[in-house]
Amino acid sequence: MSISAAFFAIIRRDLLLAFRRRAEAANPLFFFVLVVTLFPLAVGAQPHLLQSMAPGVIWVSALLAALLSLDAMFRSDFDDGSLEQLLLSPYPLTVLVLGKIIAHWLVTGLPLLLVAPLLADFLGLPAQAMGTLWLTLIIATPLLSLIGAVGVALTVGLRRGGMILSLLVLPLYVPVLIFASGAVDRAAGGLAADAQLDILLAMLLAALVLAPLPVSAALKMSVN
Amino acid sequence: MSVIPAVVNRFFHQTASPPYFYALAERLAPWLTGVFLLLLAAGLYGGLYLAPSDYQQGESYRIIYIHVPAAWMSLFVYVLMAVMAGIALVWRMKLAEVMLIASAPIGAGFTFIALVTGSLWGKPMWGAWWVWDARLTFELILLFQYLGIVSLYGAIEDRRAAARAVSILALVGVVNVPVIHYSVEWWSTLHQGPTITKLDKPSIHVSMLIPLLLMAVAFKFYYLIAVLQNARLELLKREATSQWVKNLLEKTA
Amino acid sequence: MQPDQSGIMQQPPQPVLVVNNLSCSRDDRLLFAELSFSLAAGQVLLLEGDNGSGKTSLLRILCGFRTADDGEIRWRGQTLDSGSYYKEMAYVGHADGAKKELTVLENLRFTQALHSQSGYDIDQALIKVELAGFDDNSVQTLSAGQKRRLSLARLLIAGAVLWILDEPFTSLDRRGIALTEALIAAHVRQGGMVMLTSHHDLTLTGLPLQRIHLNSCQ
Repeated sequence: MSISAAFFAIIRRDLLLAFRRRAEAANPLFFFVLVVTLFPLAVGAQPHLLQSMAPGVIWVSALLAALLSLDAMFRSDFDDGSLEQLLLSPYPLTVLVLGKIIAHWLVTGLPLLLVAPLLADFLGLPAQAMGTLWLTLIIATPLLSLIGAVGVALTVGLRRGGMILSLLVLPLYVPVLIFASGAVDRAAGGLAADAQLDILLAMLLAALVLAPLPVSAALKMSVN
Repeated sequence: MSVIPAVVNRFFHQTASPPYFYALAERLAPWLTGVFLLLLAAGLYGGLYLAPSDYQQGESYRIIYIHVPAAWMSLFVYVLMAVMAGIALVWRMKLAEVMLIASAPIGAGFTFIALVTGSLWGKPMWGAWWVWDARLTFELILLFQYLGIVSLYGAIEDRRAAARAVSILALVGVVNVPVIHYSVEWWSTLHQGPTITKLDKPSIHVSMLIPLLLMAVAFKFYYLIAVLQNARLELLKREATSQWVKNLLEKTA
Repeated sequence: MQPDQSGIMQQPPQPVLVVNNLSCSRDDRLLFAELSFSLAAGQVLLLEGDNGSGKTSLLRILCGFRTADDGEIRWRGQTLDSGSYYKEMAYVGHADGAKKELTVLENLRFTQALHSQSGYDIDQALIKVELAGFDDNSVQTLSAGQKRRLSLARLLIAGAVLWILDEPFTSLDRRGIALTEALIAAHVRQGGMVMLTSHHDLTLTGLPLQRIHLNSCQ
């Protein structure tokens, strides 16, 4: 067996697991939809207000949904001893961990892409911003999984890691939130958002390369 | 280990040995306190009495003598923590872990002071206690990062594991700091348009600058005093069962 | 070297795993100090000691999950991280390390993918641990003893030389215990190495058994 076989085996296993636990896997998506619908109920249904808030509302909701789903990334592996077996694999842990993060994104990030345009339309986001919204989601939801993985890896050994997890992860999410919702905002106003998208893309590439390192180190600490 | 020369290695190992460090920190404390008090007195006298009042902001600008050094320290301490974190992770040096842990609450304190004084200064300037100014927002997020470190350390029972966790977090955090800084700058220009946000103007008069620098150095000394005190306490807790702590206890009892 | 009268070279077996001056403490309590031992091909090492004497900690240090306070571990003369150690070892701990929602076959395929050496294939391994025919059962339908035997199948599939087993006999019935002992004996006869903790006394007739007793030092 080779390293790429191990990498794809992890993705395949986690997707299979998500399929077997599909009721659980759909929770972040429902949560995303629910949070978005709370905003019009809370601030009122004035079209202008909702339209101007739409990029922020969608991105805050996506961020909260990602945060909610993070705990599941390593939790069951930690509980049933699979994480220990992963650490004992002769293959580099960083590569295996990247497989886990990608699987997590496929299960929790990708579905957001499908419902986000619909919700954006509910909030009255101009059609011209829809493409940019999609692009930001494609580029930046993997970033949420990559950055969030560091936080989960640090807290997976804790019995009550949930609150600390949000405290660790949210400050790290701030730049993603700013650039992603900023890009959609600019697009809604008819301006070019290329710079913001480029920055997000650069952050994604950097995170793909760098994030597995602290995640691996943190997992080693957590099984201790 | 082989990366650094043996002499340097030996020096670090001697200074980093807990009993040696503990005694050194104890000996240094009165001297550091003396220098700190002198600098503080000079800085405050210069800043609050000698320096002229600002032609735009009147007397209220004088809060910069607290605000600006605190804001500088909030960043300085974070970067220092990241350096300690790197040393702790690569060389597994116990003292670096201790210094990192000891620094976190002090750094959080400086950040908090920068936030409070910034908001006090903002009231006469902007007419509101809090506006989403880029610098204040940046300090707020930095405070969250500090609090994350403090609470993560508190949550993990095993001290060595906790120190490793905190080291990883500090390193990730220090990469995030410039990104936050840049993103918040961009965000504030997008949503607010240009406002007068800079407390430390480039064209500051020399009679205002000198007390400011004195205060900045005084804050550094305060940090040293506080971090050494914290580190000594942390060392005692960690090494409670070791021989040198037992000897120390016998001596004081 | 002088051959002795019978003409057979009487050499002590070459140690493969060498542990030197290992110390470990937990929560300021010293578990063990200056522990040294070695293990050669075809040997079994049984760790004995009271609860909390550091047996599990020692095994976890050997897995690289914990770091020792002091001392060194060598595998074929190299440190654990630099050499071929992780290719050649496998571990069964308290947790089964299997996904309960997946079938036996799916779990073992994943094990296969994680290891670079190839040992037994899945069918053979399942026969060896008497789980043949359970391929498509999901793990949550297995009994505790069957799950333990599934962990043993993992060892066979990983093709490891060194087995590290933490209480492998827990929740096994008499038959399961006999099966596990037979697997250990067969592995050792083929030149493998086993390190284990157990409350149950091993009945491995005719095999070199090393015992290390960990006292709880205060």
